Amino acid sequence: MSATFLGIPPFPEAARAAVDDSRTRHNLRRATHTIRDKRASVVGELNDDWQLLRAEGAAVKEHTLRHLDRYLEQLEESVTRAGGRVHWAADAEEANAIVTRLVKATGETDVVKVKSMATQEIELNNALAEAGITAYETDLAELIVQLGDDLPSHILVPAIHLGRAQIREIFLDQMAEWGTPAPPGLTDDPRALAEAARLHLRERFLRTRTAISGANFAVADSGTLVVLESEGNGRMCLTLPQTLISVVGIEKIVPTWSDLEVFMQLLPRSSTGERMNPYTSTWTGVTPGDGPQEFHLVLLDNGRTDVLADTVGRQALRCIRCSACLNTCPVYERTGGHAYGSVYPGPIGAILTPQLRGMSSAVDEALPYASSLCGACYEVCPVAIDIPEVLVHLREEVSAGRGHLGEKALMAGAEAVFSSSRALGAAQRAAGLGRNLVPGHLPGTAGEWTDTRDVPDVPAESFRSWWNKRGKGQR
Amino acid sequence: MRIALFITCVNDTLFPDTGRAVVRLLERLGHEVVFPEDQTCCGQMHYNTGYRRPATRLAVRFVKTFEGADAVVVPSGSCAAMIRDNYPRLGAGGSRLSRKVAGLAPRVYDLTEFLVDVLGVTDVGAYYPHKVAYHPTCHGLRMLGLGDRPYRLLRAVRGLELVELEGATECCGFGGTFAVKNGDVSSAMGADKARHAVETGAEVLCAVDNSCLMHIGGILSRQRSGMRVAHIAEILASTEKGGSAGPAPDDAPAAKEAVTR
Amino acid sequence: MSASRTGRTPGRGGAAGGGPRGPVPSSRERILGRVRAALADVPSDEPAVRAPGRGFADSHAAGPTLDVFEDRLRDYKAQVRRVPADRVAAEVAAALDRRGAQRVVAPPGVPDAWFDGAAAERLPDSREEPLSVGDLNGVDGVVTGCSVAIAETGTIVLDGSPDQGRRAITLVPDYHLCVVRAEQVVDGVPQAVRLLDPARPLTWISGPSATSDIELNRVEGVHGPRTLEVLLVEAAP
Repeated sequence: MSATFLGIPPFPEAARAAVDDSRTRHNLRRATHTIRDKRASVVGELNDDWQLLRAEGAAVKEHTLRHLDRYLEQLEESVTRAGGRVHWAADAEEANAIVTRLVKATGETDVVKVKSMATQEIELNNALAEAGITAYETDLAELIVQLGDDLPSHILVPAIHLGRAQIREIFLDQMAEWGTPAPPGLTDDPRALAEAARLHLRERFLRTRTAISGANFAVADSGTLVVLESEGNGRMCLTLPQTLISVVGIEKIVPTWSDLEVFMQLLPRSSTGERMNPYTSTWTGVTPGDGPQEFHLVLLDNGRTDVLADTVGRQALRCIRCSACLNTCPVYERTGGHAYGSVYPGPIGAILTPQLRGMSSAVDEALPYASSLCGACYEVCPVAIDIPEVLVHLREEVSAGRGHLGEKALMAGAEAVFSSSRALGAAQRAAGLGRNLVPGHLPGTAGEWTDTRDVPDVPAESFRSWWNKRGKGQR
Repeated sequence: MRIALFITCVNDTLFPDTGRAVVRLLERLGHEVVFPEDQTCCGQMHYNTGYRRPATRLAVRFVKTFEGADAVVVPSGSCAAMIRDNYPRLGAGGSRLSRKVAGLAPRVYDLTEFLVDVLGVTDVGAYYPHKVAYHPTCHGLRMLGLGDRPYRLLRAVRGLELVELEGATECCGFGGTFAVKNGDVSSAMGADKARHAVETGAEVLCAVDNSCLMHIGGILSRQRSGMRVAHIAEILASTEKGGSAGPAPDDAPAAKEAVTR
Repeated sequence: MSASRTGRTPGRGGAAGGGPRGPVPSSRERILGRVRAALADVPSDEPAVRAPGRGFADSHAAGPTLDVFEDRLRDYKAQVRRVPADRVAAEVAAALDRRGAQRVVAPPGVPDAWFDGAAAERLPDSREEPLSVGDLNGVDGVVTGCSVAIAETGTIVLDGSPDQGRRAITLVPDYHLCVVRAEQVVDGVPQAVRLLDPARPLTWISGPSATSDIELNRVEGVHGPRTLEVLLVEAAP
């Protein structure tokens, strides 16, 4: 049974521990700044066309979502015509049941997996384990997380919080438990670590007859599924086994093959900061004599239709999981992904998780506030999701609920002060009179400020008071 | 030109020197400044914290107070962005508020935009013999798109040495209620910003927003860093002549003269 | 744009299993029903087909196509040689020789002429008579053609045509020698997408396999071929 996000405290508390962890912060800072610079460089190569591509990417996704029923039906028809089988899963439980049933039908007890956010979201590996099926993660970072019994902390690089020395330790300690052991004398050189992963997984790839994947895109008109990757583990899983099961969120659809003209430029440059990722595989149903001869597509809702119903929040479903927003986010850079309590961390997670889960817990309610609203995420998003807009929208949903009485009282008090210039003036005079009474360290919520920051001195006279006197003097 | 000043509640209450500097600067450039007295707050704190209805009421109030103005100048990037970018989201499409906002919002300017785009000046005749770093605040940078306007204004100030700030475009971590709701992350972001600021060797860190400066300045002050913060208006208002000169050390807007304390 | 939820459906539990069971609607019908309910705000007359916006250029690289292609291949650590058409066989032989490859797989559409003078043994593979995965794991390399190549991104695309073969043969061996004809190279991604047939299984390859999973540093060589060599064939002078 692998680790889960259950029990992670709400963001401010989880973030406190992360901020204090200097090693993790060092790893994160290095990694996010590296990829931020790479992205900026390859996006810059496209000059003004980047904004045209971004606008088209957003428009294609928005259009698809607005006609999602039609495109889902079209995709089903195209995939079926090409020899695939389509299954519909309303929630995680149903998706896990379908996949378990399909794997059992193959008679296999081992499956290899391509990195997939959807299967992380539904905790498929745990469900398979309960049915006696072992799922082997094959993406290097997923492998590190699985071997380390850890949790993913990034969409693209789930082990971003770990440095090379930690990865070496995990490989030396755990690889033998799962299969081919780490080579003796393994160093923490990234080349050596990648080589250890190659050796560890090689035989498993050649032997395993069932694979599970997600997909980056599902093309409605052609019935084609698309997976972008780097290492070749994806190709191994998508090519060598007899049976392939792909679990794909219903929002992954693009209407036409031609739309890849846009997305095959937007995604690699936004994601790994490369002009093109090393490998992209596309397949349409089954090709006799080449690749898996049995293909199942599991279309997953699991809260997505709830997101779709929110006309402001809907735009979160445009997300193509590039993780540019994580890499650029100053909050993520300091907290890492675990603090977000979900497989979807960072700015996109802060708007997606509470919507998918239905704002069902204190963890969900804290997520929309895990942002300074600086807007850097929106700026880099290749499909122009206005993340700050959705964050504020979700904050409205939280504040409309029960609780948060202190904050509500504060906001009501502030509104009363701002309801007339006379009330504001009176408050300012009172503050001016009491200005020498303000201590350097304040209790309660205000202490959150004064723990690390001095407070400005309250001036004896407000601007408006000065203006009024000045006016009288001039007259 | 007759210019309506929206001082903002934070400047009005905590940083009146910024307001005085704006008045001095615009009058020096030959314009009349008016201060509609009914003004209070743009509602940004309510809006950003998820209190839409109070924010909407404050927006209605703002529109009523300023709808007759030819131009509204705001010495705060985030409040100007609240009015220009977020007010249109408040009223339902076709509502009275949204119609009025559509008419008024294009006439609302951050101070630096107003100087460069409307008045067409970059040299405002200021004198400020100090080494200065500029922090582009997020809402000024990304919502208003201030671009190089503040830099052009600062470069034209006599005596001022403008130095580059590393990681300039990264958020300082203030974020309104974020600063207390997620105080640890906010402080960590602010500490990095303060470190970069100190590393420039500048005497003064300036910005278009006193809220961000209050946060960064609070850290600089707590650290006894020796660096001051100043709103850009106070730098642009400073002249060689005595009385109307820029802020004396104990007149700085936030976290004053940590050096001397 | 307030009151934005148009149709939040209560509850999200679900009956396990896919097919219809009596009066309980299938998950397919339930999901499609929920999608339609969620889209109550979309006007019924909004066109369900959208004209694509293609205002952007096909390519953004400056310089002759083949130079750009060569540069981008090298940038992603592929080996590349530009060869005249009448020298293909000699260059294939030389490449295999440098590699020390003795047994190489080639799909049926690869011309025998490419192997003229090669010391290596050519192992045939086809959909009808495939080598086993274990056999593929034991060969020294694979020689193929390609379907289209993209200069701006340094990408070659294989589509399973007879000179490119099954996907497994270009995956399991550790060395891939790909012969690209100059006229197969397009400038940018959009042109390639327009030329490709999605009904075929496609593999886009940009350099050897790589990972950035350790501290986001790119390291070449993981599960796919660790060496990619491209022979770029130009018309004989």
